[in-house]
Amino acid sequence: MSTEKTDVLVIGTGFGGAIPAFHLAAGGAKVLMLERGPWLDTSDLSQDYQLGTYTRILDLVMGTGVEVIAGNCVGGSSVVYLAASMRAPTFVFERKANGVSQWPASVTRGSLDPWYDIVEENLPVAQQPWNEVSYSGGLWAGACARAGGTCNPVPVAVNLSQCGRCGWMATGCVYGAKRSMLTNYLPAAVSAGAEIRPLHEVQFIGPAASPGYRYAVNYLTINPDDYRAQTGGGVIEAKVVVCAAGALGTPVILKRSAQALGSIPNAVGRYFSPNGDHVSLALFNEDKVKELLGLERAPGVPYAAHSIGRSIGTTSFDQLDPSLPEGLRYALQQIYYPPIVNLMPEDGVEGDPVWFGADKKELSKKWPSWMSVLAMVEDENEGVFGTPPPTGNFTRLASAASLAQLTYKPSERTLAARADADVKVRSIVEQDGLGSFLEWKQTENSLSAHPLASCRMGDDPAISALDDHNELRGHPGLFVTDGSAVPTSLCVNPSITIAALAERAAPFIAQSAQAAGISVDYSEDRRPGSGQLHRPR
Amino acid sequence: MDLTRRELIRRATLAFVAFQAAPALKLARAADPTGTFPSPDPASAALAVPSWEAFADTLIPGAKRPLPGGDPAIAGAAEGPGAVQAGAVDLLYFPATGVEPILGPCVAELNMRAAGYDNTALTRQPGVAPFVALSFQQRTELVLQMFDGPDGALWEALGAVVFLAYHTAGHLNTATAVQTGHPGLAAIGFPAPLLGDLWWFQNHSYARELASLHPGTTVNGSPA
Repeated sequence: MSTEKTDVLVIGTGFGGAIPAFHLAAGGAKVLMLERGPWLDTSDLSQDYQLGTYTRILDLVMGTGVEVIAGNCVGGSSVVYLAASMRAPTFVFERKANGVSQWPASVTRGSLDPWYDIVEENLPVAQQPWNEVSYSGGLWAGACARAGGTCNPVPVAVNLSQCGRCGWMATGCVYGAKRSMLTNYLPAAVSAGAEIRPLHEVQFIGPAASPGYRYAVNYLTINPDDYRAQTGGGVIEAKVVVCAAGALGTPVILKRSAQALGSIPNAVGRYFSPNGDHVSLALFNEDKVKELLGLERAPGVPYAAHSIGRSIGTTSFDQLDPSLPEGLRYALQQIYYPPIVNLMPEDGVEGDPVWFGADKKELSKKWPSWMSVLAMVEDENEGVFGTPPPTGNFTRLASAASLAQLTYKPSERTLAARADADVKVRSIVEQDGLGSFLEWKQTENSLSAHPLASCRMGDDPAISALDDHNELRGHPGLFVTDGSAVPTSLCVNPSITIAALAERAAPFIAQSAQAAGISVDYSEDRRPGSGQLHRPR
Repeated sequence: MDLTRRELIRRATLAFVAFQAAPALKLARAADPTGTFPSPDPASAALAVPSWEAFADTLIPGAKRPLPGGDPAIAGAAEGPGAVQAGAVDLLYFPATGVEPILGPCVAELNMRAAGYDNTALTRQPGVAPFVALSFQQRTELVLQMFDGPDGALWEALGAVVFLAYHTAGHLNTATAVQTGHPGLAAIGFPAPLLGDLWWFQNHSYARELASLHPGTTVNGSPA
């Protein structure tokens, strides 16, 4: 095992890792980034569902009561996300549980808005005019309007002029149009001297032995052809550590580090939230789409366009009403899930079986007339991580399938919120026979692409692992800046909130680095610009 | 449920080591005193493929194939090609799927459960695996029991592979699969690539304002 040294070690290369890495490298620090997944350039991505292609960069992680889809590559989940970029509504930052504020008092929508501004400029985020909204998004808007509601085109982190509207966002954008970390912060960080090491999976963090260094980060290297196998390992000492391994990785690494670090806050690995994600399916009656909404995308074809266009087109904000009771506020979003999850919808026919068999096959023939609707409700942070596996963040069964020591049991109120969202979606979809509302199987389970809060920030040490500067309580110089730091579900897609919090944390991390003797400066005017990250050949 | 899942993790993980298949097979043989049950001899491999075909056909049924001697694996419960014709067995054994090492013990359990479900299945059709010998209705009821049982998540994972075969042609390059008429992709109406292996849609939007914006929308398009 080799031991080397760096000023700043960043664990993870997604939003939470890339943003601090850029600021610290640009400010003059020696930055090393460890990424458990492989390094793929845009030119390495493909529009292909053959197993062994997208499964290299996309993980399905199965816990008990929850399944999570997450990125596993340089760029993290930003490579596979659907790029919906909305700020969380004001009331989210004011949420309380048992009378206790769930967010730090210093983090409000108002205080975070300047950081959202920076992120929206840096990614950058584009408004989708109506002529850029997909057929599915347009249909959802029309259905919402006909039911008496409003519906908004969703801002997206996509270069609209470069986008192929291809329906392949979740497997990585082959056009380089999606504003993942590969197109902004990571190339800027590397230009400023940061080094990225793929297939390096951090196992635990302990105290450093060398004077002036605070932490020793222990990693294993991963076989690129079989992520279940390791090829070696090492230790890197750092003065500052930024842990951004994702909400499924960070708590596992820190729990495994408890003994070496002496202790860790009780909130590490608790309060996990799947962002209240709850999916249902609308099956539209093509004739009614034309009759009731006057839509026709081609002669004789009212809709039949499930897979065409950018994945997320429109979202109804009607339930994001701060005057509604907590738990009954949610966004309802049109979203395209690729056919890799076609197992999920139930067939809508009375009696077993509900998700397979001849009736499901008949439903599948109507796939072009499907539309998925994602409700993002207020959940109650019910997820808890158990004992970490011997290595890694979870037990990897196959290339892209893993089992996590994560249990999520939704509370009665979370279930009520989901049920309320179902009623609302059904009322929109089924009005006058426009379509049919269908549930996803095992609706007590959550399928989420938005894992959050498993190492969250806050003011109350009893319920938060991080202070309001994203520093792990009791461990100076150890910061957490990924989705695990977000205290609660957000009622919107979380990416730019994670990014804004990471931007906000960067000056605090720089201060800590300076205190550790690192020559580094920070400027909030520093911008990554646009670029393309290229893997060393 | 938690303990069950943990047990599942243990079993699924252990099953990746080939020799760990032995206990399941021993268990299967113990349940089959007549000796007609598939055992880890060369004959079992011959029964494994039809057993998996019958499993796949239960999830996404299709029409029987014009095979010499009939097609006992496919029940013929639906018209048109089903999961079998879509390559479900190919995908189960596809290296990148990663489940091949557990298929041996799993098919043994599938047939053991079938024999337990209907003991006449063992002898009804000589040389035919017990699960294959069941009627479509019986297969469906048994598979439902297995999905709801203590190893339900494992069986659902195998079921997910069947769905990936039909709905995504997971063992094939997608563009090639569409262009060569993969039956599942054709059935769901998966669009063809514009050229070569690239999807790109020129027409993608109704290009109409189809709803009013929420009054609480900020200038950047977010909720207030």
